[in-house]
Amino acid sequence: MGRQILLGDEAVALGAVHAGLSAGYSYPGTPASEIMEYLVRLSAERKDFTAAWSVNEKVAYEEALGASYAGKRALVSFKHVGLNVAADPFMNSALTGANGGLVVVSADDPGMHSSQNEQDSRYYAQFAQVFCYEPADHQEAYDMTREAYDVSERFGLPVLMRLVTRLSHSRSSVETREPRAQNSLNPGDRNDWTLLPVNARRRFGLLLDRQAEMTRFSEGNPFNVLRLNDRDRTLGVIAAGVGYNYFREAWGTDEGLPSFLKVSTYPLPGSLVRALVEHVGTVLVVEDGYPFIERQIQGLFGIAGKTVLGRLSGALPRSGELSPDSVRKALGLEPLPAHGRSGLPLAGRPPQLCAGCPHADTFKALNKALESYPGAGVFSDIGCYTLGALPPYNAIETCVCMGASVSMARGASDAGLRPAVSVIGDSTFAHSGITPLLGAAASDVDMTVFILDNATTAMTGGQPSFGSGERLKRIVEGVGVAPEHIRTIEPLPKNHDKNVGIIREELDHRGLSVVIAVRECIQESRKRRS
Amino acid sequence: MKQDIILAGVGGQGILSIAFVIDNAALAEGLFFKQAEVHGMAQRGGAVQSHMRLSDRAIWSDLIPKGEADMILSVEPLEALRYLDYLRPDGVVVTSSTPYKNIPDYPDLEKVLDAVRKAPRAVIVDSERLAKEAGTAKAQNIVLLGAASGFLILKEAGLRAMIESLFKGRGGPVIEANLKAFDLGRKAASGS
Repeated sequence: MGRQILLGDEAVALGAVHAGLSAGYSYPGTPASEIMEYLVRLSAERKDFTAAWSVNEKVAYEEALGASYAGKRALVSFKHVGLNVAADPFMNSALTGANGGLVVVSADDPGMHSSQNEQDSRYYAQFAQVFCYEPADHQEAYDMTREAYDVSERFGLPVLMRLVTRLSHSRSSVETREPRAQNSLNPGDRNDWTLLPVNARRRFGLLLDRQAEMTRFSEGNPFNVLRLNDRDRTLGVIAAGVGYNYFREAWGTDEGLPSFLKVSTYPLPGSLVRALVEHVGTVLVVEDGYPFIERQIQGLFGIAGKTVLGRLSGALPRSGELSPDSVRKALGLEPLPAHGRSGLPLAGRPPQLCAGCPHADTFKALNKALESYPGAGVFSDIGCYTLGALPPYNAIETCVCMGASVSMARGASDAGLRPAVSVIGDSTFAHSGITPLLGAAASDVDMTVFILDNATTAMTGGQPSFGSGERLKRIVEGVGVAPEHIRTIEPLPKNHDKNVGIIREELDHRGLSVVIAVRECIQESRKRRS
Repeated sequence: MKQDIILAGVGGQGILSIAFVIDNAALAEGLFFKQAEVHGMAQRGGAVQSHMRLSDRAIWSDLIPKGEADMILSVEPLEALRYLDYLRPDGVVVTSSTPYKNIPDYPDLEKVLDAVRKAPRAVIVDSERLAKEAGTAKAQNIVLLGAASGFLILKEAGLRAMIESLFKGRGGPVIEANLKAFDLGRKAASGS
């Protein structure tokens, strides 16, 4: 099939297609967006599988689960925090099992390049007790995704594919292989898929019974590599995913290479871990994300006569992304000679709203209107407009998770904070803002919700939005907001005074108001015109 | 044979287009490469960099270790300075002299350029002027690629072919302007 240049994300996507994918679903989120971007492009060319953006990750997961129920191979992808949103179907799908192969791709963001936290998806695999792959490079991302479909169908379980930003957003060349055909339609057994307690208990028992076999499979999986150095038994390295790359990079040569175990699958290959630990005196665990392996090896009491080093011990930084430099240090190697910094103080260049961004005009009008309300609380959400937290706007107080601005404004209003303001984008509103607004409308909570309708999911590169324009207005009316308190503004400098007036009226209203700021994302409008 | 390059600039300056050309030229020459880039939040007018690694042997890390970069290739002079601790003691800095001032506290440009000149080898090109001379102000990134090309382990013809491939959907005049931008950058660097 030849070599092609792919992002890590794209290698996973192509691996899935070549494994016989029938349907893929996703909600955009850095660093996972490029998986579905690629599938959407490929699907438009080939027209023989479905690739669709979903309203949110839970919906995406359930759509994929439905395709798996029908007997087809399915993929669902999202960023790590997306798995929180999809945690309910994810956990339960470990009991229903997968019928057609189901691969769940969760892209972690160690170092929080573009995220609110750096949670480690491997805990979710352990929590649900399903198999997990962690590729180290692009070829593995492709190969493991293909294998993950086999494993999913062999064990009848969803399989998690854990990526990290550094692989998701790195490009390299990948050797691809002959694709295989899709599954035919073959629905699952209702007794497996209807999680009434009588079925759920039986299914949970089966899941538990499979654990030992899954560990044995992990122990025999060739992606896990154990190499013992018989001449030097002081140090051994357990390295997972991209951590393995940094270990090999830092050591540089095969000469005197310490004993190592490259971990690529979970549950942990216990017999291999034991063989390495027994062989050496000191074990260094190199893993990006949380000290997931290190903690399991250490347990509560450690291992008598052995030293275990890693992110818990302090040998590696407890948080943030690993680097070849931090791993080099943990291996006890001297830093490489480098040119060194210039000494000139370098002004930072943080991300900012684009010139001409509609959010900027909305924030200016909102800030002006709020000048006479010093006790106001402005709750915001996930999107480009989160940058409104930075100067010169300093316009928002919170950013927690998708949709939280609406629910938190309600809670703060109930607690007595006035005015309670929510600022949310149209895509985030469709994702998780409608349900809290439905609740707030039912009791006409005293709060003002701003929906910034730029007709796209801008921060992640312009994916479609499900609730924009007229449709958005009808949704807001439909959840029960009083029509006279649904106001539309066009955030442009020339409308500033008028917009400030409208905003003041709604801040003064003792009940629920929704102000929809309608203007297309400047990047999207440029793209459309070019 | 290997070469590690930090590509630097500001979101929107076309770093990834430079990377596209180098990636594809490397693949065509049968070299291994890895290229780590920045997406999402960091692209919104913020500092961006890409770690570009080329080798005739398999490459482990997507990130360049500090002290390993053979070159810093920057479309913006302040951004060139941000990654100096990645540069080998004998490394080269190739940068534009055209500042991108979207921050209130941009330092004095002469001090920035002086700091660049302290690198063991520094090539500073007026990419704004050369891009305009080539026919499109948008081609500053390709001017810089041209300026760097003499130091790269890739063949010039391969780079030119990939520039054509990058712009093939935009029509002949755009391709011509970018090839000219490449040539002007290359010439400027050889004279410096």
